Amino acid sequence: MLGYGLRRLGASLLLLWLVLTGTFFLIHLAPGEPAVLFENRELGPEQRQALEALYGFDQPLLVQYGRWLGGVLRGDWGSSLSLRRPVADLILERLGPTILLVGSALVLEHLAGLPLGLLAARRAGSGFDRLLRAGALLMASTPAFLVGLVLLGLFAVRWPLFPAGNMSSDDAAFLGPWSRLLDLAHHLALPAATLALVRCVGVLRHVRNGLLDVLQQDFIVAARARGLSESAVLWRHALPNVLGPLIQRLGVSLPLLLSGVVVLEVVFSWPGLGTLGYQAILQRDIPLVLAATGFSALLVILGGLGADLAHGWIDPRVQRVR
Amino acid sequence: MSGDRAERELRRGGAYEVRAGVAWLLALTVAAVLAPWLSPFDPVRQIDPVAARLLPPGATRVVVELPFETRAAERIDRDGDRLLLHRLGRVESVPAADVRSVDPRRFLLGTDRLGRDVASRCLWGARVSLIIGFASLLLSTTVGVGVGAAAALGGAWVDAILMRLVDALLAFPWIMLLIALAALFPPATFTLVLLLGCTSWGGVARLARAEIAGLRRREFVQAARGLGVAPLRVVTRHILPHVATPLAVAATLRVAGLLLAEASLSFLGFGVPAPDPSWGGMIAESRYDPLASWWLIAAPATALVGTVVAVNLIADGLRDVLDPRTG
Repeated sequence: MLGYGLRRLGASLLLLWLVLTGTFFLIHLAPGEPAVLFENRELGPEQRQALEALYGFDQPLLVQYGRWLGGVLRGDWGSSLSLRRPVADLILERLGPTILLVGSALVLEHLAGLPLGLLAARRAGSGFDRLLRAGALLMASTPAFLVGLVLLGLFAVRWPLFPAGNMSSDDAAFLGPWSRLLDLAHHLALPAATLALVRCVGVLRHVRNGLLDVLQQDFIVAARARGLSESAVLWRHALPNVLGPLIQRLGVSLPLLLSGVVVLEVVFSWPGLGTLGYQAILQRDIPLVLAATGFSALLVILGGLGADLAHGWIDPRVQRVR
Repeated sequence: MSGDRAERELRRGGAYEVRAGVAWLLALTVAAVLAPWLSPFDPVRQIDPVAARLLPPGATRVVVELPFETRAAERIDRDGDRLLLHRLGRVESVPAADVRSVDPRRFLLGTDRLGRDVASRCLWGARVSLIIGFASLLLSTTVGVGVGAAAALGGAWVDAILMRLVDALLAFPWIMLLIALAALFPPATFTLVLLLGCTSWGGVARLARAEIAGLRRREFVQAARGLGVAPLRVVTRHILPHVATPLAVAATLRVAGLLLAEASLSFLGFGVPAPDPSWGGMIAESRYDPLASWWLIAAPATALVGTVVAVNLIADGLRDVLDPRTG
């Protein structure tokens, strides 16, 4: 297990370096000027040169890269050109909300998808199963922002049950700890529900198809022949075989999840990494863009690593295959 | 076991589903090609930004063309040599000699915030979606198969380098990468095709590599090589035909992803530039009050979701036919 873990960790670090380097050169080689220079179009050439020197844009690209990577290794991501604050602080502020949103969506999607998938598999071919199939197809074909907009229109505008955006009310600072938590949950409900709704169909399909596959195998026939009850067959013999791949699926689907989060954070003005990266891109704030994409990739890579390790722990055969 | 029979039944139903999907796509293609003749209005024309603003579906107005503007009147009367326009609760009188044309029109899907015809915009939006969806699919498949083939046939080092590259590409949250790149280039349909195509080939490359690596050692490939067939020809004539089917299924599924990504990009403001219609952009325009003028969101959303459903139906059907084990 340790060897397997170390190998996967090494591969992940290499991957992270590749992603960071790729982003760096893509952004620096592309045409266009960074925010400071853009904002100050009227500057004279000397002042412009002074600014470029201040931010190091006058250096050869490889020198800039070396400096930046050295800083990143020491935990210094530079400072944001548009918000004029250390990038690391900004990212750390925004990391929590994104993880909160993604985490609660993941919990919700499994809470909804697992039982529905189970039911669909038990009654494969029934009207209920077909209804779920159709619903799943529809959901899988709808962009997350559309679901978000419709929910927003229904439950924040038409019937204002939930706030239309942001993570806390304006007066949250004056609330007690419990009401503040409640306030947070109130704000979290719509975006998390949207994300879970869009994604639970993946879990549903996976559990349903996986179960149908497993239920046709010999050991299930044997279990049934031993006279085990149908629910014992399902829970003890069939379901565990579906859960391992489900965890792996989670790791594989993380990039997609984080993509969805970017758009949804913008829809619900959720103060997470997605909105930060989006604003940074709009402002051409190079250090911030680099850090935001870097950290999103880091989340993807760490999530994939975690899923791989969990899968390897649950199903030791996986360790040998790689 | 009830599952077996049920699955068979579902699969028989699948033929209809595939046909429905194909029918939708064909209809859409026809609509997209014929958009200039089918659409009732110019999709970017603001017919009357004041009086034809946010008209509900089915509303009728008399479109009166004057020398420097167009006015949409609820009804018109003739008064000698002047024309009386009943517009916005008032009566406006214009000299009949100035009127270029009088045209009673029905707005089938209503009008948007700027007084543009939603039906026309939806029709023209189909062009954008289809062009972007299929052109970027072609690009990403070409790049992906090329990289996959190179990795499978080019030796251990090439394989390692290319596959780490693919890993890195797939580790990006796709939308973040897309908007970061889209912000750097001037917005245009062509740019979108390039961006979507050049960032979505990771999965294809992995699949192509796995399939081709499996074929590489087979006798017929060895035989072709032994006979001195050029490597490129071995790939194109002897290997690719065998991997075409799994790639086709994956490609169909990817169209769905590309269509959704294009819509998301347009929604975030990095898609098709402003006055030109795209479904994602039209949905984005209704974001500030999503349900008050429901047709603004319902029309493009139906078109978009319907198209993605059609593509998914075809992909599911193809997979059922080609790989009967998975339902």
